[in-house]
Amino acid sequence: MNLLEILLVLPAVGFILTLLIPRPQDQLVRLFTLAVSLVAFVTSLGLIGGYETGKPGQQFVDNIVWIANPEIHWHVGIDGLSLWLIVLTTFLTPIAILLSWNSIKNQVKEFFAFLLLLEFGLVGVFAAWDLFLFYTFWEVVLVPMYFLIGIWGHDRRIYATVKFFLYTMAGSVLMLVAIIYLYTLAGTFDYATILDQFRSGRIGLSHTEETLLFLAFFLAFAIKVPLFPLHTWLPDAHVEAPTAGSLMLASVMLKMGTYGLVRFCLPMFPTAAHENAWWINILAIIGIIYGALVAMVQPNMKKLVAYSSVSHLGFVVLGIFSFTQMGLDGAVYQMLNHGISTGALFILVGFMYERRHSLSIADYGGVATAAPWLATIFLITTLASIGLPMLNNFVGEFLVLQGTAQANFVWTAFAALGVILSACYMLWMYQRVFFGALSETVKHHMPDFSIREWACIAPLIVMMVWMGIFTQTFLPAVSDTNSRILAQTGVGSLASAKTLGGTQLAGGHLHAR
Amino acid sequence: MPVNFAPSADDLVRFAPETILTIAGTLLMVLDPLFARRLPKLFGHLSIAAMIAAIFAAIAANSVPGVAFSNLLVVDSFGTYFRVLVLCIGILAVLASYRYLDREQAETGEYHALILFSIMGQCVMVTANDLIMIFIGLEISSIATYVLAGYLRNDKRNNEAALKYFLLGSFATGFLLYGVAIIYGLTGSTQLPAIRAALTSPDTSLMVAGVAASLMFVGLCFKVSGAPFQIWAPDVYQGAPAPVSAFMATGPKAAAFAIFLRIFLTAFDRISVTWAPIVWICALASMTIGNFAALKQNNLKRMLAYSSIAHAGYILVALASDSEIGTAAAMFYLAAYALMNLGAFTVIIYISGKGEKHLRIEDLDGLGQRQPFTAAMMTVFLLSLIGIPLTGGFFGKFYIFRAALDSHLVWLAVLGLLNSAVAAYYYLRLLVVMYMHEPGEVTNALEAPGFTLQAALILPAVGTFFLGILPGTVLSFTQAAASFIK
Repeated sequence: MNLLEILLVLPAVGFILTLLIPRPQDQLVRLFTLAVSLVAFVTSLGLIGGYETGKPGQQFVDNIVWIANPEIHWHVGIDGLSLWLIVLTTFLTPIAILLSWNSIKNQVKEFFAFLLLLEFGLVGVFAAWDLFLFYTFWEVVLVPMYFLIGIWGHDRRIYATVKFFLYTMAGSVLMLVAIIYLYTLAGTFDYATILDQFRSGRIGLSHTEETLLFLAFFLAFAIKVPLFPLHTWLPDAHVEAPTAGSLMLASVMLKMGTYGLVRFCLPMFPTAAHENAWWINILAIIGIIYGALVAMVQPNMKKLVAYSSVSHLGFVVLGIFSFTQMGLDGAVYQMLNHGISTGALFILVGFMYERRHSLSIADYGGVATAAPWLATIFLITTLASIGLPMLNNFVGEFLVLQGTAQANFVWTAFAALGVILSACYMLWMYQRVFFGALSETVKHHMPDFSIREWACIAPLIVMMVWMGIFTQTFLPAVSDTNSRILAQTGVGSLASAKTLGGTQLAGGHLHAR
Repeated sequence: MPVNFAPSADDLVRFAPETILTIAGTLLMVLDPLFARRLPKLFGHLSIAAMIAAIFAAIAANSVPGVAFSNLLVVDSFGTYFRVLVLCIGILAVLASYRYLDREQAETGEYHALILFSIMGQCVMVTANDLIMIFIGLEISSIATYVLAGYLRNDKRNNEAALKYFLLGSFATGFLLYGVAIIYGLTGSTQLPAIRAALTSPDTSLMVAGVAASLMFVGLCFKVSGAPFQIWAPDVYQGAPAPVSAFMATGPKAAAFAIFLRIFLTAFDRISVTWAPIVWICALASMTIGNFAALKQNNLKRMLAYSSIAHAGYILVALASDSEIGTAAAMFYLAAYALMNLGAFTVIIYISGKGEKHLRIEDLDGLGQRQPFTAAMMTVFLLSLIGIPLTGGFFGKFYIFRAALDSHLVWLAVLGLLNSAVAAYYYLRLLVVMYMHEPGEVTNALEAPGFTLQAALILPAVGTFFLGILPGTVLSFTQAAASFIK
């Protein structure tokens, strides 16, 4: 059992043990789950320590037979792409637990247990190297999130959670058909082996087959991302979910979709990916602009942040389907950035909801006077979210736009509109909520951060600055894996090597700035 | 061929499970007047003991595989698998019945005797090697089940269910018999290997064989409640006593699918081009009708009835793929289906209360808060019925659609899996009311389940996880068995 498997087993065992804790021991449940998630986080730091950038293939691999016939393997491992997404998951889970410390009052045990189950599923999705195993984890993630939204959510939680479940399920059954179809061709579910068979030409797909398989995978991922026009479940789910649910949903679960696009859609079906890129990019750009415009008119803060996610994730998809090293690096970096900064926004909105019991922008005003620290932290997060240099999102958006410019300048021009719009809606919301006249209700209901709340938000602020300035901590491992993925997607390895240098250079420049 | 009617010692071993069940059933009838007052639970204990003994006998019989009683029976791993499966179903159904019979004050030896006879008939069906034996087994099983459906004779709904089931069931058996008669006329035999051999000779009219196969298909399709012969199922499942519905939806269905597979994949293998497209259509129709009708139901038993029609559709997909993998997949799925369905019905038995008054979906309101254990078990069964990984239901479904794609039935697989996404909606409704609604009158009044009910919930749940997480053992057994019958 290697470090990665320990990381997988920990939350699963934690989930079962939490369920076994006798009912009235709520405090014990909280402490226990927090301890488990912190141990998992420390374990994931071990993954960073042990990860060797530049080594081809996966690391921390274990590959044992799970089911003999049909041959299904417990094959887990990580590369530069999954490494940081796993760390993001383990980093946010303790925060999600801490965040829900007081706000969850009924069925406490189940709530915290489900957060651990969610962590198990998410880490598994990013670590699975066998298509069947991947699908297993992909679906396992659905269950805890379904309950998190449905039991502890707000008024329209049932509608939201059923919609969320059915959307995802409808997309993923088609992916299951595609996975089984690949198995009938290749005789294995092993991702690396299937890729080898494609490359060596041992299995060839006809043009129609490749397109259909690509679309089956793509649809499952596009719903999860979500790509316009499949995004309608997202505002509902985000708004109705409890804060911890919104955090995990926005920060990590949406990345399952983009991760899937990079990991599976690109290398396995390169021709179809190239051929379909044009309309996918158009949808991504529509998503960027549409998401931003809808966010602008939202009277509800949580919904505003939710629509901003649609916009931000459009950038990620655009970066992925630019097929350039920079675009892909930016996309992956943007997945992490979005996880940090949008996660922080959801947390802050959640804090305000706990105080004022309203998500409506109109119910606030003058919060900066009542709670200056809250205002400061919210401002930093807002600035990070709109892509201010020195903070994390800038790097990602910059790389995506530059990568896209290499591919097609018109796309860049439209996408850049999204950056401007994001400044509009975020700052406008900030202005309406934090400045202006301070009403009596807000004054009495807006204490500043407690120590627990500081503990939730401070790590995210640190990461925003860190990821904005010291990009070299993260980018080399990502770039290295991305260049391999691009090589498999049919971009010449020489070209990618050159842009790899370019990215590092860009990272260096940013650093200097 | 000189016929020696004296059975050999091996024959007796091969027939031991049926012998045990018959003796135990008869014994129960005799004991009924003696113990009905004093020890009403005794009958249940005895019948469980008999079924456990029969399981051991079935395993012992499997160590001397071969034909018995002049080729009338064949003990192979296929038959053994189904014998053990129907016996396990019987044990779980009896476990779930204790509470129910106690509540309705209807504990008699005859109830348990009928269950044992029905299972005995199913054991004969799954090991039969001859159409006449199949028919005898089917009748033993069906007649016992008809009576069981009307077991509470003062209940109007029970009577209606029994009558409907009986009339339509006899009609369907008629079709089956017509088919048998035509086959006998065509091939001069009722033995499956002989029919298979006769159909491979060029002289046999494949058209007539096709007609016979169609007639038998109608009969069997009725028994497995596949569309378009599913109409009876919702009424009967709704009207019959809940534990009997649980039993009917699993035991007779598993046995009927066993003979379906055995007849169509051995005897009628030659004419598979004729029947495979019919099965294709029936599979799709069953899945679609079952799932879409279930969306509209507000009665729990009726909803599970439609869901069982849909699940019959999934198994027909396996049959339509007409391959060894398909057979293995159907076998695996029947086990997974039996466990999750029995579990779900057990929860309904638990909440329905005396006289089965509480059968609406809303009667589950807030079960998660009031009875977390039962709700958690129900969650396992529902997730398995939806087909979420790590449960038997998912792996079974995966394996069935794998078989379908292996036989190039791409469209059937796509439509089938989309169907399962539709199905998710009505199963989710139950999860919603259990966990996301405030407790209602019914759940507030519930007492914690007793020992037998807990066992009837835990055992299928453990089995569901076992089939989902470690399907290897069962899977390799079904694969071996499937290669054996083909």
